[in-house]
Amino acid sequence: MAKLNSKHVIWKLLASLLLFYTIIGGLMMEVPRLPILNETIRALYFHVPMWFGMIILLLISAVYSIRYLNKDDQAYDDIAVEFANAGVIFGVLGIVTGMIWAQFTWGAWWSGDPKQNGSAIALMTYFAYFILRNSLSDQQQKARISAIYNIFAFATLIPLLFILPRLTDSLHPGNGGNPGFNAYDMDSKLRLVFYPAVIGWTLLGVWIASLRIRIKRLKSDMNDLEYQR
Amino acid sequence: MKTTWLMLFLFLTTPLLAQEKQQVTAADYANREVSMADSFRAEGKIYVVVAILATVLAGLLVFTLVTDRKVSKLEQEMEHLKKKIIN
Repeated sequence: MAKLNSKHVIWKLLASLLLFYTIIGGLMMEVPRLPILNETIRALYFHVPMWFGMIILLLISAVYSIRYLNKDDQAYDDIAVEFANAGVIFGVLGIVTGMIWAQFTWGAWWSGDPKQNGSAIALMTYFAYFILRNSLSDQQQKARISAIYNIFAFATLIPLLFILPRLTDSLHPGNGGNPGFNAYDMDSKLRLVFYPAVIGWTLLGVWIASLRIRIKRLKSDMNDLEYQR
Repeated sequence: MKTTWLMLFLFLTTPLLAQEKQQVTAADYANREVSMADSFRAEGKIYVVVAILATVLAGLLVFTLVTDRKVSKLEQEMEHLKKKIIN
């Protein structure tokens, strides 16, 4: 029976505990009664951490792309790709949960809100990253060109998600004068679940990414052995 | 190192404010005029939903853990193979 590497057990356990706490605390604890939002304010614990998690995972991905360009080590490229993969999964979940929420608060699944459009463009930028990778066959060329693209993709992400929706009229909480996370920054009760939720969901993303990185490493080890034989 | 600092700076400046904040007060918690899922909670049925979600999460986490162990096992086998072939 293969054992889990003991140094990895603690943060995986922490991720699990934080997520159980998020679900139980997120549904049971008291929240402010605000018009229009009603109980959907609890989406703060599930929808918003998807985006926070995505940003953190994509930041890790961008950092490893930079390290790849510095060191030219294939292992860094593998890490960059898999963190981008996990980040995009979080982003897709964020956009879908946002659409569900929008249907019941804004009255439409998609209303072309700057926040919705911005996040859709951001996700497509990352879809293009994977298409770019798959269109290049040479391993080194693939890694280098996509690493450069990945850094620019992350740089585009920030204005699309955080700056542009705040400069125009967005209906999204926190934008265009609507109450949102900034408004609740002072609210200790919401913070009590929100921050653990962000950490828990992000760690789960790191866990998933790490599994895929390890599988990639095994595959490259297999290729090496094949070559030695 | 320079680029790392640049990325860090980009990341840290993301919560820059473009609009004024709205404060949430104690009155918002007590505001009975806004409808919430009060009867739903009073009937105690919310616990059912919490139990269902916790079960789903538990299932997914166990599945991830099993996958993790499978990868660990493969890694160990790979170490054995490497030693065998190199010697």
